[in-house]
Amino acid sequence: MVDLGSLIWHASMSMLTTAAPVCEPAGTIQPSMFNPAGAPAATILGITWLLFVITGAIAIVVLSLIAYAAIRCRRKDGDDLEPAQVYGSNPIELAWTVIPLLIVFLLFMISARGIFDLERTTPPEGSLEVSVTGHRWWWEFDYGDLGIVTAGELHVPIDDGKPADLFLTLHSADVAHSFWVPQLGGKMDVIPDRINHLWLQANAPATYVGQCAEYCGTQHAKMLIRVVVEPRADFEAWVANQQKDAVAADAAVKEGHDLFLRTSCINCHTVRGTVANGSFAPDLTHIMSRDTIGSGAAPNNPKTLRQWVFDPQNIKPGCDMPSMKLSRHEVDLVCAYLETLK
Amino acid sequence: MRLLGDPQVSTLQKPNGPAPLDGPVPFLSKLHEWVATTDHKKLGMMYVTCGIVYLIIAGLEASMMRWQLAWPGQTILSPEEFNRLFTMHGTTMVFFVGMPVLFGTANFLIPLMIGARDLAFPRLNAFGFWLFLFGSFLLYFSYFGGQGLYGMGSAPDVGWFAYAPLTERTFSRGHSTDYWILGIFVASIGSTLTAINLIATMLGMRCKGMTLMKMPLLAWMMLVDCFLVVVALPPLAAAQIMLIFDRLLGAHFFDAQAGGSALLWQNMFWFFGHPEVYILILPGFAFVSEIIPVFSRKVIFGYPLMVAASVAIGFISLGVWAHHMFAVGLSPMLNAIFMGSTMLVGVPTGIKMFNWSATMIGGKIRFDTPMLFSTGFLCQFLLAGLTGIWLATVPFDWAVSDSYFVVGHFHYVLFGGLLFAIFAAIFYWFPKATGRMLNETLGKWQFWILIVGFNLTFGPMHVSGMLGMPRRIYTYEADRGWELWNLLSSIGVVVQIVGFALFALNLLHSSFKGRRAGDDPWDAWTLEWSTTSPPPAYNFAEEPVVYSRRPLWDIKHPEDPDWKYE
Ligand code: HEC
Ligand code: HEM
Ligand SMILES: [Cu+2]
Ligand SMILES: [Cu+2]
Repeated sequence: MVDLGSLIWHASMSMLTTAAPVCEPAGTIQPSMFNPAGAPAATILGITWLLFVITGAIAIVVLSLIAYAAIRCRRKDGDDLEPAQVYGSNPIELAWTVIPLLIVFLLFMISARGIFDLERTTPPEGSLEVSVTGHRWWWEFDYGDLGIVTAGELHVPIDDGKPADLFLTLHSADVAHSFWVPQLGGKMDVIPDRINHLWLQANAPATYVGQCAEYCGTQHAKMLIRVVVEPRADFEAWVANQQKDAVAADAAVKEGHDLFLRTSCINCHTVRGTVANGSFAPDLTHIMSRDTIGSGAAPNNPKTLRQWVFDPQNIKPGCDMPSMKLSRHEVDLVCAYLETLK
Repeated sequence: MRLLGDPQVSTLQKPNGPAPLDGPVPFLSKLHEWVATTDHKKLGMMYVTCGIVYLIIAGLEASMMRWQLAWPGQTILSPEEFNRLFTMHGTTMVFFVGMPVLFGTANFLIPLMIGARDLAFPRLNAFGFWLFLFGSFLLYFSYFGGQGLYGMGSAPDVGWFAYAPLTERTFSRGHSTDYWILGIFVASIGSTLTAINLIATMLGMRCKGMTLMKMPLLAWMMLVDCFLVVVALPPLAAAQIMLIFDRLLGAHFFDAQAGGSALLWQNMFWFFGHPEVYILILPGFAFVSEIIPVFSRKVIFGYPLMVAASVAIGFISLGVWAHHMFAVGLSPMLNAIFMGSTMLVGVPTGIKMFNWSATMIGGKIRFDTPMLFSTGFLCQFLLAGLTGIWLATVPFDWAVSDSYFVVGHFHYVLFGGLLFAIFAAIFYWFPKATGRMLNETLGKWQFWILIVGFNLTFGPMHVSGMLGMPRRIYTYEADRGWELWNLLSSIGVVVQIVGFALFALNLLHSSFKGRRAGDDPWDAWTLEWSTTSPPPAYNFAEEPVVYSRRPLWDIKHPEDPDWKYE
């Protein structure tokens, strides 16, 4: 029954929703809960269909009662006699007290199982463990033992024929946020005086998108998340690259390198291997390995990078990086250097 | 109409109409009369009028949000402006539309329906109204006075539930959040006082013969409502005092960086916030419980069970607040417990749905405008209740909490439910309050246009939420599959605006030119219809005596009175 419901609903949903052109790199999928990519999201969708069927049936019953009354029990013109006054009926009223109680009980038992299945405080075996910190308005990902700290994009390895498990430990550096990638599972709030955990799962390589779901101030709308699930070999290459310090600046970008280190960029940003070791803002050691900048506010290309460094307030108004008041020329120099940080 | 001598029939006497006036009343004395009044009817009408004005203001705020969201990537509003709009819209709708309509209608109707001459404490009542009004001014003054530090915001932009620590001084500079705190704090003192006043009135001032179980259902539901106000609003006031200590005196209750607790605010707020939802919807239940029987020409089906269900809702709704916190990482056991209590609240609510439907079945229904809106309420509130069960189901909530699905759900409650019931009530009692009918043709057009506009606006929000769109975002990207749904929502607003315009037109026109109503235009059964329209000061010439829940039915049908069956 659940599958049939899923089939019908899904067909009509996908007809209506895939009309939008997908202009992301191949493999990026829209963040719909109807497209689960792992066990947690699939469990949730299963429960959703169950709810849909049960409450749908209730809706049909009650709406028919109302429709029946509205159509068949109208006053006819000139009929001034009052109808029979019915004050109530104990058996009938008992029935519609007890039957809903039973339905609620049933629903409760099924969903309670779902809660205990999905809410985990210990990582499933073989999962990638990442510590996530929510900042206004970007995400920091710390891969612990791997010695990697990145921002905005989370990389996850997947082996052939096995779903990839991801176990997140959530912290907040300031206010409450919420980590939400609909296709990989439910959401979990990220709260400053509390450490939360979230288990997610992906069963196919792709880029999954999501975003912050708890209002956290001005740029809450552009606190996006990308989870890149890739074959283990690709992941390992990515890890090896991320673990390296930033390349030494060659002569061509020496000027930009010096300018960058002279500017207060380094108070906020880190570039490993240089004196820049600020921890307020995203780590820029391998900034060019990211698809987007500003936690998804803009694609990462030479043009947007220059716009960003010139004045981030144009791309992400209200964000916590001020315009550094560099001239166009200086921006070019700095960005030429940033572009070597692959 | 008066049947003396027969003790088993309600004795009711019509008071004389208002004293004839000599010549026109000068504007100033008229103004003085309204400002200085302690009359429950005048205060009631002032509450409702203010509620309607704020409804229009908050509706315009919402329309601006929908304009921005009609297409992806628009920049009509800056992020700060958008964030202020949803905060002001939500805060206004809850505290300055829902609450004044609750207290306005209760003020106007309760004494009339229980045969009393006024509320128990008329001056306290006036005090409550003015606290509410000045509280609302305080909130809106933030647009001018919230500046504080240069560039640090005007109106508050922390959302209507103002989660800590976003509201702490570090993150919310200037004074906008202080205005939010004080405006609501002042208004909520007024609300608490008025609720106590109404409870005293209903418990102590019912006319002869009206035992608690003979009170009209409206009074019962308002009684439960007022108890909820008294229990739920003080915790909010306490939380707000703690917050303003944090902000102005450097305390650290909610300041997570300094050892305070962010979750403490969430618990305190929702301990108020969930009952508040029921505080808002119970008056809706109350209105339709009076209107449906009259227009179906049948007594309400299962009165005792309706009373029991209302009381049950009152109790259960005090124990479900953590369903707003399913995603904060409570233990599975706690989540399950609150899931259970939340689902349980669906049972008494379901009972009401069934009883209302059963009242209609077998009746001879007249679809005048109040009945149309009540039927709209039934259908739309049914859907809201069912998506409420979805949200109570924790795993599903993890998928959609804080998404547009939730926005869709609670607008089906508050707009499709409460606001439709409010329209029903206005069309039903406007004749009593003013002596004139609202225009039925305009009313019917308004109903059908709003049905279309409302469902077009808020139906698609369920879909965009399930497709991953969070709430409170000022813009979104084009590639997420949300465009169609957002565009439909925004088109719905355009349709709604037509409906609201018709309503405003109808109100203005009918207040002056509407058809004369007479005392009992709907052929109804409760005491307010036994006095003149509008009722005179102190309502009744002599204290009515009742023998059943429908005193006017007894008079109209002496051969078959209610008290034989109750
Ligand atoms: C006051 C601290 C501060 C200073 C100084 C600062 N930044 Fe930033 N920067 C930030 C913050 C905060 C972000 C993240 C903004 C967001 O996504 O909301 C950021 C983001 C960036 C990003 C995008 C990173 C990503 O992965 O999304 C780049 C590139 C960047 N900054 C470059 C610079 C350069 C170059 C300078 C010096 C000219 C500089 N920043 C100075 C705070 C700062
Ligand atoms: C007049 C038509 C209305 C429209 C077009 C409308 C539209 C909206 C929209 C778009 C939002 C979401 C903002 C966001 O999350 O970004 C919103 C939030 C809200 N609305 Fe409405 N709404 C309307 C009527 C109402 C009514 C009648 C009520 C209650 C009586 C109400 C109560 C709320 C509340 C409490 C919020 C939450 C605010 C917050 O997130 O802080 N709205 N509305
Ligand atoms: Cu956020
Ligand atoms: Cu609630």
